[in-house]
Amino acid sequence: MVMVPGDSGVEQTPVAAAGLDADSAEWLRVLAGTGPPREAALARLHEMLLRIARGEARRRGPRLRLTGPELDDLAYQAAADALLAITGKLGQFRGESRFTTWAYKFVMFEVSAKIGRHFWRHPSVPFDAEDWDRLPGSFGFDPAQEAEWRDLLAALRRAVDEELTARQRRVFVALVLNGVPLDTLVIEMASNRNAIYKMMFDARRKLRAALVANGYLPDDPLRRS
Amino acid sequence: MTGRSELDRFLRTDPRDVGCAQAMEMLHIYAELAAAGAPVAERYPGIAAHLRACGPCGEDFEGLLTALRDEAT
Repeated sequence: MVMVPGDSGVEQTPVAAAGLDADSAEWLRVLAGTGPPREAALARLHEMLLRIARGEARRRGPRLRLTGPELDDLAYQAAADALLAITGKLGQFRGESRFTTWAYKFVMFEVSAKIGRHFWRHPSVPFDAEDWDRLPGSFGFDPAQEAEWRDLLAALRRAVDEELTARQRRVFVALVLNGVPLDTLVIEMASNRNAIYKMMFDARRKLRAALVANGYLPDDPLRRS
Repeated sequence: MTGRSELDRFLRTDPRDVGCAQAMEMLHIYAELAAAGAPVAERYPGIAAHLRACGPCGEDFEGLLTALRDEAT
């Protein structure tokens, strides 16, 4: 993966030279303090985080087939852990957004992590399963036209076997063949989202290069990938 | 063929993709600007490329954007 600051635009991040907005400054002031004002602020923040976590759990729930108490429990845990993360990282808030936007970000991360853990505890398929018959359906290949794509998928399988490292192959099998959520694989492999994504990114690049080299996919001179 | 083009789209990688770590670090800034209608994809092309390709980060972005929009209404 190429991570060039100039390309990403990350270096253009505005620094909060003009200072914090009033609400954000007040959040920081009371959360950095002590006693009843801080306790009241923590209670209010938790209430806000819980509302956001519940909304997010409801938004994602139907696709995950999670409902009712399970979903509410997930929201509670996410809000509680987000509050811990926020209070632990308060010194990292640089005022580049409103304080609440920064805080809500941790709710999203915690909801994702809790969902990942849920599917790690309750996997729909074994992590080391390798069912290549799922692949055509995953990409929408029409069974009636198998003659047109059989060779392509055979070439893809050869490339997976011959071009990928053992860890890249494991990630490809879990994510693509078995449909394991990336955040679940993070737990299974005791890794992190960035490392797993990068392994898959490199695997995708290698596989496409192999398929292009063998004439199964078109080359794209304007957008080398 | 739908399957072939879907597979091709999945395997394509964007060299501007910043990866999860930078996208997660910037997510609150990116989402707040997006909620305000700013041209974030032009301003942060590497993050936009990542959010298009990474399901989990894209989901976190959609969730945060939804929360911000819900709060504004």
